[in-house]
Amino acid sequence: MNILGFQIDILTFLILAPLFGALLVASLPANKWIARWTALGIGVGIFAVSAWVFMEYQANALDGGFYFETPQYRWFTVLGASWHLGIDGISASMVLLTGLLTPLAILVSWEVSDRPNMHLALLLLFEATSMGVFVAMDLMVFFLFYELSLVPMYFLINQWGSPAQKGVKYTGRIYASTKFLLYSMGGTLGMLLATQLIGFTAGTYEIAEIARAAGEWLSISRLDDAFLGLNVGTVKAVAFVGFMVAFGIKVPIWPFHTWLPDAHGEAPTAGSMLLAGVMLKLGAYGFLRLVVPFFPEVWVSNVPFIGVSWAMLFAFLSMLGIVLGAFAAFGQNDIKRLVAYSSVNHMGFVGIGIAAYALLYGQAWVAEQNAISAGNMMDAVAALNGVVMQMFNHGLSSAGMFLLAGGIYHKTHTRDLTQYGGFWVKAPIFGGLFVFMSMSSLGLPGLNGFVGEFLIVRGTWTTFTWLTAISMIGLLFTGSYILKGIRYTLHGEFNMHWKDYNLEVDWREFTAVFVLGIFIFWTGLAPNWILQTINSSVTLILTNILG
Amino acid sequence: MGFDVIADFFTQAFSDRDLMLWLIPFGPLAAFSLISLITMILWLVRQVTGTPENMIPASDHHYTDHHHPDYDGMEVPYQPDWFRGTAIVIGMAGIVWALVVSWTLVFGALNEFGAGTFGLLDSADAHHEAEGDHAEEGDAHGEETDSHGEAASHGESVDCAPCIYSDEITWMSLGMEGDVYGEVPDESTDYEIGVAADPLSLTLLFMVPIAMLGIFTYSIGYMAHDARQAKFFALISLFATAMFILVLADNLMMMFVGWEIMGFCSYSLIGFWYEKKSAYNAAIKAFTVTRVADVVMLLGIVYLWSVAGTLNFRDILYNPDVLQVIGSTPAIIFGGWGLSAAGLIGVFLVIGTIGKSAQFPLHVWLPDAMEGPTPVSAMIHAAAMVSAGVYAIIRMYPLFVGLTNPHASDPTFSAPLILMAVVGSFTALFAATMGVAQRDVKAVLAYSTISQLGFMVAALGVGAYIAATFHLITHAFFKALLFMASGSVIHAMEHGEHHVHEHHAAHGHAHDEHHDEHGHDDHHDAHFDPQDMFNMGGLWKRIPVTFWTFLIGGLSLAGFPLLTAGFWSKDEILAESYYGFTAHGSGLHALVFFMLAIAAFLTAFYTMRQIALTFLGKPRTEEAEHAGLGGQYSIVSIAMQAPLILLAVFAFGAGFVGVPTDFPIFGAIFSPEHNYFHHLVVYALPYMENGGYEVFHVAAPEFNWIPVLTSVVVALGGLWLGWVMYGQKPLEAGEEDPLIKILGEPIYTALQNRYYMDDLYDLIWVRPSQWFAKGVITLLDKGIIDTILHTLGTIFTVIGDFIKMMNAWLIDGVGDGIPKGIYDFGGWIRGTQNGRIQFYLLIVLAAVLVIGVLFAISAGVVFAG
Repeated sequence: MNILGFQIDILTFLILAPLFGALLVASLPANKWIARWTALGIGVGIFAVSAWVFMEYQANALDGGFYFETPQYRWFTVLGASWHLGIDGISASMVLLTGLLTPLAILVSWEVSDRPNMHLALLLLFEATSMGVFVAMDLMVFFLFYELSLVPMYFLINQWGSPAQKGVKYTGRIYASTKFLLYSMGGTLGMLLATQLIGFTAGTYEIAEIARAAGEWLSISRLDDAFLGLNVGTVKAVAFVGFMVAFGIKVPIWPFHTWLPDAHGEAPTAGSMLLAGVMLKLGAYGFLRLVVPFFPEVWVSNVPFIGVSWAMLFAFLSMLGIVLGAFAAFGQNDIKRLVAYSSVNHMGFVGIGIAAYALLYGQAWVAEQNAISAGNMMDAVAALNGVVMQMFNHGLSSAGMFLLAGGIYHKTHTRDLTQYGGFWVKAPIFGGLFVFMSMSSLGLPGLNGFVGEFLIVRGTWTTFTWLTAISMIGLLFTGSYILKGIRYTLHGEFNMHWKDYNLEVDWREFTAVFVLGIFIFWTGLAPNWILQTINSSVTLILTNILG
Repeated sequence: MGFDVIADFFTQAFSDRDLMLWLIPFGPLAAFSLISLITMILWLVRQVTGTPENMIPASDHHYTDHHHPDYDGMEVPYQPDWFRGTAIVIGMAGIVWALVVSWTLVFGALNEFGAGTFGLLDSADAHHEAEGDHAEEGDAHGEETDSHGEAASHGESVDCAPCIYSDEITWMSLGMEGDVYGEVPDESTDYEIGVAADPLSLTLLFMVPIAMLGIFTYSIGYMAHDARQAKFFALISLFATAMFILVLADNLMMMFVGWEIMGFCSYSLIGFWYEKKSAYNAAIKAFTVTRVADVVMLLGIVYLWSVAGTLNFRDILYNPDVLQVIGSTPAIIFGGWGLSAAGLIGVFLVIGTIGKSAQFPLHVWLPDAMEGPTPVSAMIHAAAMVSAGVYAIIRMYPLFVGLTNPHASDPTFSAPLILMAVVGSFTALFAATMGVAQRDVKAVLAYSTISQLGFMVAALGVGAYIAATFHLITHAFFKALLFMASGSVIHAMEHGEHHVHEHHAAHGHAHDEHHDEHGHDDHHDAHFDPQDMFNMGGLWKRIPVTFWTFLIGGLSLAGFPLLTAGFWSKDEILAESYYGFTAHGSGLHALVFFMLAIAAFLTAFYTMRQIALTFLGKPRTEEAEHAGLGGQYSIVSIAMQAPLILLAVFAFGAGFVGVPTDFPIFGAIFSPEHNYFHHLVVYALPYMENGGYEVFHVAAPEFNWIPVLTSVVVALGGLWLGWVMYGQKPLEAGEEDPLIKILGEPIYTALQNRYYMDDLYDLIWVRPSQWFAKGVITLLDKGIIDTILHTLGTIFTVIGDFIKMMNAWLIDGVGDGIPKGIYDFGGWIRGTQNGRIQFYLLIVLAAVLVIGVLFAISAGVVFAG
């Protein structure tokens, strides 16, 4: 693509367009209508491009390999990193998700009238950074955007979060945003060191190269057998832990989740939508793209002092996330925190699916098989497809849930469920949409959530039988907290305190939910439109383990 | 684009019966979608054009029928009457569509193949038979032995594609359709879902739409005064869709889809009057309790998929290899106890049914489910929800039987069969005992549903799957009838209440407690309860049509000998279990036989009690005296009573399709050649001599007087006892239930309170989980994890303070002569701790990063350019 004399490839465009869009919106005159429409236009335009990218991928890359791959542009040559982008089926679906959610978030954040230009610009900036993560084929590029994505989100929470509440020492948003930032940056500290270690020892930041040399990147390095006096295995395990903590915080994997209810709860509506819809996927994507291929043998090795494999430990923690996340959501009286904990619950399924994939992948790698053995192939296919489906679906339904929860908070200025009640009487359309979104989040068959959960459970059943069985308790309580949300918001006698409030959705919220609804139904009834694309790459990954 | 495809599909579907199956759920689904879409479009149009919403004061009588509070001074959105009318028309059109297409298929199949050949037989043979010999009769049949011989000679499996209607589409291209050996076949490896109609589906495709048509019609009258009638019709249409999907599914996953959507619909409809506390609590209870079972069932489904490589019913159940392999593989958990994979899957799926079909110990949701509008109760208790659980078991019956054979001379039972027999027979009796002491007219029926489903589940446990199917069908007819008739009774009582209220108000004797009764559960006791049978009496004069139809339904439920459908189906279950008990000395059969016989006695007793209390004698209250449906020719009266008559015909007559051939006199009249029902349904399961399938093609047990006399004696005995206690000398107003004296106060109260099981569950499940939910968040997240984090934060703050002190000490040490700038430096340090400076630093950092990225990217682009 040729823009202003620069030769720009389409994926770079996907990063630069929202970035320059953000700059443009930020520098527009302080008229909120101009800013709103401009930001929306940019968002929709980028969605069109990302949808085109997705369809092009689907049409052309039937083997599931990388497509739209750029050359390795020189970039940070000192370090040996290069500007190298490309997408496969997994990233294509994530790019589509990001492209879809951002304009909806922009549309919903029209409700913000405090410094609208900056608010909208930050949303676009966040889109740019997320796109960067999903299309990166170079570890340094990946890391850069991964870290950069914190910046817009921090300011969104810090500046546009919930106003101060009575009797609380710190304003919630300050506490939440600081916690969010410190938690995430603290987590990525280990990852930064590990990244540099890998880059230094492997002599390249090419993700594919490192994965191909997964076993050897320490030994082929310029190092001898020992690094800082430690043996190679230990160094690798330490690097592994660095990655695991960083991405584990982001997913979030229990017990690294406590930033999430605060951040989601306090963030403005659009911020919550993107946090839950896109940001959590960065962590899961990191596991799929980096942690499993880089450290296949570590996953199947035993955790020191515990005597189970890392994959088993990870599955166990994910199970705790599913069960305890569901219980915690059930215990909330704050609607946004309830939805936030539902993310812990749902992303737990992503975690347990990743664990199954990692275990089978690692076993095959250790056995020097290029493909997962025939007996386990279907489990791995189901688990990995399920993980990506669940990521996509959670993006849709959690964004929708936060949208509606944020909408009702915006109208009533309280998040306390016990002060709601009987809203269905006054807001029938809101009621219908809320029930619909809740059911999508609950994983009602026929809607999107079920497909991912079903595949994940199928994939993990043979690998982690007992853990899967126990996580069914979490699935049960998913029902309980969803019904609790509906019961306190819509059911019961109408709370006459809200007699003169307009509680109904407005056309923006309606449009956003409607768009999400199309994808929710489409994915639930005929998931093949996206699953086919995901599966092509999944199959390639699982049959090409030794590279 | 696309429209020609759709048009083509419809053109083909009406000529091709395989494709036609898709059209059955299409009708109600289109109705649901259309009503929802119109609702949204109407709202959007008002938003866009800026016309104010159609608001009316919430206290307006259009809006508040007696289920809603008054909301003084509030305006609420309101759907115009024309839209409610349209919604009714759309909903009715959807269900009529489903009925027409279903029955076209049912009778088309019987006409094309005939009973006895439609199903899993050799196709060419079947076709020949049907066309050649008996095409005119419409129920053509081949000679069984011959057909079986043909089929068996095929050896490995029976190729039956033409004798079953089916169609498939690709759903997920995952390459995950393998075979039982874990190998992926070369051809198609896509995960396909589809529809299929075999003889078993046909019986349901006959029953479900007609029962639903009755329910829909009834709803026109019952919901006539409800402002949310459009929503109601949308939801019951979706309910119907889900049931049709479940019946037609050719694979377990799609069945689960229907299963769960039905769960959602029942949740929404039980809680339809969502302002009532009892209603939304009942809805949540129904959803949660059935979900307990559903998540277990989900495990069964994924386990089945992983061992069998597919979820398609035909690929699994009619393939002897699959059953052989999964029947002999040890289960993945509990395998050490001798449980096979098939056994564990079976147990998981049976647990699903225990939840859905309200068996002990997950039966607690069903009695509460009557909080929904009565048509919904009929839907749940009869036509759809609870039947679905039993249907699912019958559908996958070979899987449950596994490698055992309950019919053999030395009968063996797999784990799921034993579970079903024990749970089913216990539930049948247990629920019947609770039914005898209920005061609420709908509660009696609710317990009878649980009990009757116990009959079916128990029958399935001892291999009598045809008898269970038969009872499923007859029960659906008479229970739908009974529920709707009781709804009509309640409606009539409310009418009477209204009358009395107005009458009193007119005379200045305003009853205070009547004034604001609705929706206030806390003073429920003070109010007149239109559902309490002890407030009724003598209603047969007020609502004669309801009385006569209720009587037919009740007698059918009680199993009144020879004339009613309930007798024939119940008798068949008893006959089968008696046969297994006496002929083979099977203890499980004996258990089922005796438990069910006692339960049948109690059933007859409480049915008579109910009829007597409700309809006979003299009115016990003023309200009962003025009960009515608004005149003989009112819309409400017609819409509510016409379906009763329709269903009464089936409650009376549906049993005659399944009369045993060798039954004296009746057999000769109704089953001259064979038991038609048996002869149809038996071909839902395959016959193969070598594959172990002979299990399913047992002949009906020989006629035996003992089970028949047992049926007759328990039915008549129960009815007689009920008549003696309640009918002969009807209760006077205010008189106590004579049962209290007989059973004693404590037992009676315990029965009324459902053996306190709800309280028990509340104590051991609900409260602990609520407590745990609060505990998790406070103790784990806030108490432990966040405390660790805050401690870390504090440590770093302390370090920072220490450095600050060092600075201060240094500054002081250097002396007072140092200028003010150093003081400022100390201030800066303090500043870093109030967060502001950090904040600015972050902005700088962010700016640097953004600029860096821009620079780097543009540099890269330029270099490459």
